[in-house]
Amino acid sequence: MSATLTVDSMMTTTPASTMTPAPPMHATPAPEAATEVAAPTEAQLKAAAERDALTRAAARRRRERLAAFVQQVVPGIVGILLFLLLWQGVAQLVGNFPGPAKVCDSAVKLFSDPFYQKGPNDQGIGWNILSSLKRVGIGFGLAALVGIPLGFVIGRFATMDRMTAPIISILRPVSPLAWLPIGLMVFKAANPAAIWVIFICSIWPMIINTAVGVQRIPQDYLNVARVLNLSEWKVFTKILFPAVLPYMLTGVKLSIGVAWLVIVAAEMLTGGVGIGFWLWDEWNNLVMEHIIIAIFTIGIVGLILEQALIWIAKRFQFE
Amino acid sequence: MTQGFHLVVDNVDKRFNTKQGEFIAIRDINLRVQRGEFVALIGHSGCGKSTLLNLIAGLSTASNGVLVCAGREIAGPGPDRGVVFQNHSLLPWLTCFDNVYLAVERVFAASESKAQLRARTEAALKMVGLAHAMHKHPNEISGGMKQRVGIARALAIEPAVLLLDEPFGALDALTRAHLQDELMRIVAETKSTVVMVTHDVDEAVLLSDKIVMMTNGPSATIGEILEVNLPRPRDRLALAEDTDYHHYRKAVVEFLYAKQKKAA
Repeated sequence: MSATLTVDSMMTTTPASTMTPAPPMHATPAPEAATEVAAPTEAQLKAAAERDALTRAAARRRRERLAAFVQQVVPGIVGILLFLLLWQGVAQLVGNFPGPAKVCDSAVKLFSDPFYQKGPNDQGIGWNILSSLKRVGIGFGLAALVGIPLGFVIGRFATMDRMTAPIISILRPVSPLAWLPIGLMVFKAANPAAIWVIFICSIWPMIINTAVGVQRIPQDYLNVARVLNLSEWKVFTKILFPAVLPYMLTGVKLSIGVAWLVIVAAEMLTGGVGIGFWLWDEWNNLVMEHIIIAIFTIGIVGLILEQALIWIAKRFQFE
Repeated sequence: MTQGFHLVVDNVDKRFNTKQGEFIAIRDINLRVQRGEFVALIGHSGCGKSTLLNLIAGLSTASNGVLVCAGREIAGPGPDRGVVFQNHSLLPWLTCFDNVYLAVERVFAASESKAQLRARTEAALKMVGLAHAMHKHPNEISGGMKQRVGIARALAIEPAVLLLDEPFGALDALTRAHLQDELMRIVAETKSTVVMVTHDVDEAVLLSDKIVMMTNGPSATIGEILEVNLPRPRDRLALAEDTDYHHYRKAVVEFLYAKQKKAA
């Protein structure tokens, strides 16, 4: 900011110095020596006045910027403070419910050693988060591998769309946990069943958004492909794929959100290592602080996942 | 009869099936275009001039009649006809260079090296005066520049016929005039055969050798064909004073506003 300021003042002082030859023009008969002495001081005065005005303007700009920043940030901070106050109030009314201070203490302890391992049911919170992310990664990755190509096919061929529409409409609203018994029955193990639930719940947004993206490709782009008689491969790589990418990434973003929502519920039921399992385990141990820490952790990790995908999506926005 | 002509449209009809029954867009279209000729299709909106251009482009097929381009019947779209669309239709994720290269590669990749393909692409962009903006994306350049890229893309493939669908319709008057002059220069340089859809009388008279005036739709057809015998190169300033120019202009205006008056 200070850098732009100096550039500003330099740029506006130049006109003042170019004005130096001006006084002799209308002060015609005056002795040369006198004008030579008088002119610079006049110019200097002007320049000084201008500099003054500039610094005042800069100060005003700075104040405005500060005000804008305060308006942006302060409500958020006030909101958080109110929330903490409310939380503290509830903690005082309800027995055994830990207040913010207690949870904060506990969180510091917990996160100071996130990667300890004391047997299969007692591991650091870092391990729990990583195992959950791994499950989400596998389930979501498989869903992307199946869902995105399927979305392309459904979007490209109307018959496929009509064929799959009723099935998708029926299966999409089904609650995540309704799929768990099928996973347990087929895979006969908890971990693959959890991954299966992630897979089946996160596949729909990717199928639907990709298909919509394909259906909404502007006719102009397809006309370009037609008048040039481009090969199917070129149409796909140069037109179809880049045009659908923004829609696809929206689907991916929604899917990741769903996957992260579902993992906690799935892990509660299947056990093992994972943030959802840990939450349930701490409930059984009646460590209420840890439950609240788990809730915040889940929220923050979810936020990071979503922001990462928004960041990726922004890089592929055209126009 | 059709011998010696570069583009022939013979007894062409185009009908569409709609819910209200059959809709005849254009009928009995007969048109002969010589090599190197510049033809403008003019008429009120809805007169089927774009329908006719799409038939020549091969984007739709005639319900009746035959279209022949450079001795071959038009059966579908193909790179022997370069099309410039009204709204530039550049792919926004490709640079100007890559937009043109996509077309060049399609047509010449089988017979030429990569270096030759690149040289062709650069030459086409240079011709439309965009050598400096080659590696920009379409959203970084102005509307007029986008349309230039569109023209470069259409001409880079050395088409037998250049088809322009109201190419300057979306541009402001000054940019349009500038691009019309550029187009005249480019067409003279490349000796292209051009069919252009327009609804701008001045544009039609300035650019064309032949103005095809279409009657109002539905069931539109060619009303009159006006030969424009103004010497080339044409200069817009000199023509402003030219009596012949005003004579041609008046003929077109009379056709559009007296004979084919359209209820607003």
